[in-house]
Amino acid sequence: MSNVKFLLARKKGMTQFFREDGTVVPVTVLEAGPCTVTAVRTPERDGYAAVQIGFLPARAKHVHKPQQKAAEKAGVGLFRVQREFRLDSPNGFRPGQELKADVFGPGDMVDVSGTSKGKGFAGTIKAHHFNQGPESHGCMNVRQPGSIGSSADPARVLRGLRMARHLGAARATLRNLVIVGVDQELGVILVRGGVPGPPNGVIELVSAGSPTLAARRRGEAAVKAPEKADKGGKKDARPAAKGAK
Amino acid sequence: MNIVQTVEKKHMKAEAPSFKVGDFVRVEYMIREGEEERIQPFIGQVIRFAGAGIRKTFTVRRIVQNEGVERTFPLHSPRVVNVKVERGPNRRPRRAKLYFLRGRGGKAAAL
Repeated sequence: MSNVKFLLARKKGMTQFFREDGTVVPVTVLEAGPCTVTAVRTPERDGYAAVQIGFLPARAKHVHKPQQKAAEKAGVGLFRVQREFRLDSPNGFRPGQELKADVFGPGDMVDVSGTSKGKGFAGTIKAHHFNQGPESHGCMNVRQPGSIGSSADPARVLRGLRMARHLGAARATLRNLVIVGVDQELGVILVRGGVPGPPNGVIELVSAGSPTLAARRRGEAAVKAPEKADKGGKKDARPAAKGAK
Repeated sequence: MNIVQTVEKKHMKAEAPSFKVGDFVRVEYMIREGEEERIQPFIGQVIRFAGAGIRKTFTVRRIVQNEGVERTFPLHSPRVVNVKVERGPNRRPRRAKLYFLRGRGGKAAAL
């Protein structure tokens, strides 16, 4: 069993505490786990090694049918969130196994991923840190992007020019955050510093430099697949429920 | 109580010194001088509390060489060793923030 540790959590908010010398440590409170192993991927059968875990128990109407069947087969409950974590070897994990906050300990370095807060359709100032125009002396281009190119030559807008765009609500990863505290009773993990996303947002915690992140960087789709399926499950849950009635 | 407050509570002082706005207090603050640690007192009148939970702070005002000096301390910091109430206000303050003391000196500032 590799020593990569992973867990799903919910962001609960931020606070701080004092070290003995009076310096303040800013921390994010994460309600971590309990997570249940829902599937184990082996190189022999699936072509890659990973462990899938579920977080936040759900009722059947909130879970996509294929996930329901898979859960039934594996003999595990239904979950709102399911994620896979790549490992060097999935040995030592079996479906139904529970993972709690205490898989991590103080001092562990983790990569933390979540969905960042949505900023809507953001202008160039918020999205690309453009400068603001002057506010006085009759200026009317306070938050305008300004010129976006030349005239007859090249007679087009250069590709990749920074413009207003949808911002936030995207996957964001912070690497090498330090876990400063774990409370088994409360099921709480304290991570030093901020974490992407709104309160109650779902957060993935993985040991820093894990194969999961490496696989993501290589752009391997297999890691992403369960995520997509999960999102689809949420969207399609309503029409499916209607049909059942 | 939400979970953040529960976590916070574990790091807060179990028995935080109790005093009120308007009290004249002696704040015993631990400072470092090279290798040595010692307590440096700051004596004055509490003019406000701000924040909540572990982030609660209070501000103490005193007059040093005819110049108003205000210092804000985090109530739950381990550096704030103790806060002793020297005496209460002469009259009960009717507001939570005693900012009106700032513009006054001498007898007008007597509360």
